Amino acid sequence: MTTQQPIESPAASAQAIELERAVVKHWKAPISFAVLTLVALVLFIVVARDGSTTLRLSSVGDFIALPNAVLPARPTGIVVVVLLAALTALSLWAAATARRLGAWLPVAFGILFVLGFLVWAGAGSMIPVPGLLFATVGLSVPLIFGAMGGVLSERAGVVNIAIEAQLLGGAFTGAVVASATGVTLLGVLAAMVASVLVSMVLAVFAIRYFVEQVIVGVVLNVLVTGLTNFLYSSMLTDNPELNSPDRLPRIPIPGIETIPILGPALFEHTVIVYAMFIIVPLIAWGLYKTTWGLRLRSIGEHPLAADTVGINVNRLRFWNVSLAGAVAGLGGAYFTLDTTGAFTREMTAGLGYIALAAVIFGQWNPIKATAAALLFGFASALQQTLGAIGSPVPSEFMLMLPYLITLLAVAGFIGQSRPPAASGKPYIKQ
Amino acid sequence: MSAPHPTLELRGITKRFGALVANDHIDLDVRAGEIHCLLGENGAGKSTLMNVLYGLYRAEEGEILLDGEPQRFAGPGDAMRAGIGMVHQHFMLIPVFTVAENVLLGHEKALGGLAGAREKVREISQRFGFHVDPDAKIEDLPVGVQQRVEIIKALSQDAKVLVFDEPTAVLTPQETDELMAIMQQLRDEGTAIVFITHKLREVRAIADRITVIRLGKVVGQASPESSTTELASMMVGRAVELTVHKNPPVLTDNALRVEHLTVLDAVGQKVVNDVSFTVRGGEVLCIAGVQGNGQTELTEAILGLQHRATGSIDLNGNELLGDSVRDVLDAGVGFVPEDRKVDGLVGEFSIAENLMLDRYHGAPFVRAGTLDRGARERFATEKLGSFDIRAQGIESKVGTLSGGNQQKVVLARELGRPLSLLVASQPTRGLDVGSIEFVHSQIIASRDAGIPVIVVSTELDEVVGLADRIAVMYRGAIVGIVPADTSRDILGLMMAGERVADGPSTTPSKGAAA
Amino acid sequence: MNDQPRDADDPIQPSQQQHVGGSPDAGQAPAVVHAPEAAEVQVAAPAAPIDDRTVVEEDPWGSAFRRIMGGNLVMAALAILTSLVVGGILIAATDERVQETSGYFFARPGDMLGAVWSAVAGAYSALFQGAVLNFAAADRGFVFLIKPLTDTLNFATPLIAAGLGVALAFRVGLFNIGGRGQMLWAAAAAAWVGFSFQLPPVLHVLVAIAVGIAAGAVWAGIAGALKAYTGAHEVISTIMLNFVAFWFITWMLRTQGLLQNPGSNNPISPPMPPSAILPSIFGPPFVLHWGFVLSVAAVVVCSWLINRSSLGFQFRAVGYNPSAALNAGMNVKRLTVYAMLISGAFMGLAGAQQVTGAVTTGFTAGIDAGIGFDAITVALLGGSTPWGTFFAGLLFGAFKAGGFRMQAAEGVPVDIILVVQSFIVLFIAAPPLVRAMFGLPQPGRKSRRQRRDEATLAAMAERKGEQA
Repeated sequence: MTTQQPIESPAASAQAIELERAVVKHWKAPISFAVLTLVALVLFIVVARDGSTTLRLSSVGDFIALPNAVLPARPTGIVVVVLLAALTALSLWAAATARRLGAWLPVAFGILFVLGFLVWAGAGSMIPVPGLLFATVGLSVPLIFGAMGGVLSERAGVVNIAIEAQLLGGAFTGAVVASATGVTLLGVLAAMVASVLVSMVLAVFAIRYFVEQVIVGVVLNVLVTGLTNFLYSSMLTDNPELNSPDRLPRIPIPGIETIPILGPALFEHTVIVYAMFIIVPLIAWGLYKTTWGLRLRSIGEHPLAADTVGINVNRLRFWNVSLAGAVAGLGGAYFTLDTTGAFTREMTAGLGYIALAAVIFGQWNPIKATAAALLFGFASALQQTLGAIGSPVPSEFMLMLPYLITLLAVAGFIGQSRPPAASGKPYIKQ
Repeated sequence: MSAPHPTLELRGITKRFGALVANDHIDLDVRAGEIHCLLGENGAGKSTLMNVLYGLYRAEEGEILLDGEPQRFAGPGDAMRAGIGMVHQHFMLIPVFTVAENVLLGHEKALGGLAGAREKVREISQRFGFHVDPDAKIEDLPVGVQQRVEIIKALSQDAKVLVFDEPTAVLTPQETDELMAIMQQLRDEGTAIVFITHKLREVRAIADRITVIRLGKVVGQASPESSTTELASMMVGRAVELTVHKNPPVLTDNALRVEHLTVLDAVGQKVVNDVSFTVRGGEVLCIAGVQGNGQTELTEAILGLQHRATGSIDLNGNELLGDSVRDVLDAGVGFVPEDRKVDGLVGEFSIAENLMLDRYHGAPFVRAGTLDRGARERFATEKLGSFDIRAQGIESKVGTLSGGNQQKVVLARELGRPLSLLVASQPTRGLDVGSIEFVHSQIIASRDAGIPVIVVSTELDEVVGLADRIAVMYRGAIVGIVPADTSRDILGLMMAGERVADGPSTTPSKGAAA
Repeated sequence: MNDQPRDADDPIQPSQQQHVGGSPDAGQAPAVVHAPEAAEVQVAAPAAPIDDRTVVEEDPWGSAFRRIMGGNLVMAALAILTSLVVGGILIAATDERVQETSGYFFARPGDMLGAVWSAVAGAYSALFQGAVLNFAAADRGFVFLIKPLTDTLNFATPLIAAGLGVALAFRVGLFNIGGRGQMLWAAAAAAWVGFSFQLPPVLHVLVAIAVGIAAGAVWAGIAGALKAYTGAHEVISTIMLNFVAFWFITWMLRTQGLLQNPGSNNPISPPMPPSAILPSIFGPPFVLHWGFVLSVAAVVVCSWLINRSSLGFQFRAVGYNPSAALNAGMNVKRLTVYAMLISGAFMGLAGAQQVTGAVTTGFTAGIDAGIGFDAITVALLGGSTPWGTFFAGLLFGAFKAGGFRMQAAEGVPVDIILVVQSFIVLFIAAPPLVRAMFGLPQPGRKSRRQRRDEATLAAMAERKGEQA
């Protein structure tokens, strides 16, 4: 080994090592598509329903009144199945030749499938599309806030199973504080504070005491459920004046609320929903474009590396998990201060877990998680709508949908889920 | 450029872990424009010292001075601001970030955002001829380049002192030469460099001064002109045999024949690419090469851990490819994994439990689905003695043992059943010299018992010492199989992928002319 | 960065080893070409046996004392105590009398303190009387005095079974949060066998329970298989499977011809026939049924399985270090599935006990009664050992039994029990927190004796280094 002659061209070794590659074929996607196409075939053609489905596209007050779309159920079903089969074939071909198709294929497949399902299920009745979309947004709000809380926390390296607790704690506190003070916005603030407290407990146990984060999360869910139930029974039932907050007013945004279909769905909401419209892009931008985001992601991926450049990993984790709680708390406030106007026992009804599902299905990405939450919200809205017109599908199956989709997602049949590398691992310093 | 004060001075640094004194009043100083080698064997306390210097550990006693000023580091951030840069043994890079993002992290304001970081990467890259793309993702870069990113990271903070912690472990000999050229260039520009290593050859090549530490204490200074033997005995504290004693091989007709073995990883890369070789009973085939060139996957394929493998692995007429790990072990394959803590041992299990870890079915340790604790205890007690495993008893948790004793537990287990093949992957990594000698003697004893032995090692000294023949792997393929007495220069070239004119020993040399 | 020094920096390593095997006659060197296919490699014993190996006898009493004081029992007791105090604070804070008297606390502090005392003492004495011994009914005879104790065992029955399910999974490194779904399926299957078939009395109930166990096992096995073969994290999949099971069973319960009671409009199943009901052990008025004996049997089986069986050895190896298990030839994937199957079987036992013992008049989708989640707290409090789970199950059974009496007698909502339980688990999980609260010495975890031993070891290693 000689060093007298420094070798001048390190370029050779600086090139990325390219190993020979063999063709690897991924069959999961085409298999999933094929199964779904088969389901569509059975539903839309074999047990096809007669009559036509009327999709009402306009609502009162739109500046242009769109005509209703009338789709005959059986022919529409056939067309949809043929298109689905074509997409499946395309994906099969792509898999066989080891080609990668873009994200458009699953999206197109999903939209087609949903359309086919709508027409099949609504045969002989009218489906009010604006109402459906309005309900979708409404039902998605707590999911989206919860999912944002989950994304922030897990990106910082702390697994957040406690979204349910954050939502429930926020809902309870929001209702009580808004009722007691008579100021609804104070209730919103209190909901955020309560949710932050839940987060802080999670953070302290996870970061300071290195307790398995899933356990803390699960226990927090039980704790907050027990606590709110206890306080509800011991305080609120005898003092109804503590549980009758003024709800936030709906503030239609003048002008754009009259856009057909989207206007009423998006722009006739309360401040909480508008806050969501701002917070989601803000998080998405901040996470990838700011110092805060860079550091946040670094402590969730490789905390030791972050430490060696002088970042205080545990402090940063603590505050970001707390911030995640504040965001989730807005979702909690939504329950009591936007939709219902009173707290009831266990009113979040497992939505925190659907929010968690959205985090995973959304691959820990704020935009994708929001899309997943909207999808899950759409499933519940659809279930409600179909329930009203007499659904051919038992409502329980619609309610199962988010969970089934998430099961498929974590099993790798839909997308890949790769969590932040250090998520769930405490950072233990000497 | 001799300043009144050394750039960096450590005085009386003492660091304890419980009752263990990892650093015992260590003094060290480095001046601007010199390379000071910190030499010591594994476990001597070098890394602990550097972690103290870098603010990752807090020392119980002693002080750190920079340019004569005492420093107090609460964390690595302080050390960095004070001008200490570190090139870590395990790179401190975030795999999903780009080069520029990694450089930016922690210094967002100082560098002026991502654009500034990109500019900085380009500038440093140009100054040293690094050819690093600021927008490349770390996980896509080869280790040699990742190391350069580490250096860029340190330089971007205008480090006065640069610490290289065992930097050559992952490099080819050629890359090592390049790194040393870089270190010399940095020195000539006035940086004070601390070079931590246990490789004598490198020390002698580049050091301006040498400090040797052993068992947490400074045992003395040495001059770069010292001989390898002198340095080694200083480092170990006694005269060291640098060679492994062994007799000429006596070949048997037992054999492992690997033919056209190809292993794919998850994305379809051929991590082992059409590998063929034969190991006869009674000989040691060493597989040399830089870490990450397919050796791990090759040994895992033999053990049945790789599912995307094609070709043939034939042990005494018995096809192993496609068998489960269980079947492979039952066929008499002994396996010493490269990372004993991860793959070889269950740290929370006792020594006794670890000694029966792969024999959980049937006699002698299990009867009617129930563990036979008596048999386990007898076996463990016997092995504790014969392998000289130092522990409080057979019920001690393996995780509490030192690296050397842990490796002895692995060896005791693997050699404790009838073997027809021994595969040892990095069998001495992280061990002290005494344990290394013990492990080597056991490997040679297995070879002399007439079974085929495969040893994978990235340490050329070990390869040359143990091997009867050497196969060099590069990018998943075997570059060549050469006799044990092949010169280091040729081996180095082969490790960088150069095909050297095939030696005569693609087949085992008969009887080794004894 | 670990809190242990890295391997490479561990100065304890023996620095000098006898050099062995270098001599020509070390090991058997078969000179013949026909060697046995498998050679027992002879380990050359160290030429000169080193007899200064450190064997430090542990002082059995000292270490037992340390284990108790520093370890689980005291920690558990302190955690329970602290949690009861927290519960007491909540009870006092929401007590109306306390709230009234707090208004004039500074004028007459005694009033409020008295109110606090009566609220908390009243609640906890009701809890005790509902869970252990009912002194108020003592004059009606021994039977009524100890009936609460048997109620406790009754409530503990499914908690123990389900707790074992969580504990076993924990030991394999799996987190089974799917108790709810598994219990629902088990209850549905056992109930279905109960009301659809006619079998002889003892056989009927046993078959029903066996089918329930199988159903729980299968539902958990799905999560196990997903984990083993697709890598889906079992926490997520069991949560999702809970909801899927809940909605599926709800649907079956409101569908005639499936599980709904014929002629009923409510989502409830038909009642169990007498042959499919676990009889009371002591007869009326005791409700304690033979399910408790099954739970005890389950503890014994689980204990053997984890600690003594070959399967359990593999389970534990996988739980601590799956990659070492893989290298030792264990089929980690299959073991993962087995572990979930067995975990689900214990959950299934709990679910089957619910419909054959606790609620025999027809079940609803709320049959799991939160036991699937309680089981997590039970297993954690029990340190994931079978007998620990047994005693933790008894404790939480007592809380449940007493909680209902507390609600009836003192008007304290039974939900306080959930709060106390959660606090117990949080404190159990963070011993440093409890130690800090009670001013106990923070770990070191090592006794002075251990430290001294270590120092000796280190010194010896050093001396040997010096000698050479």
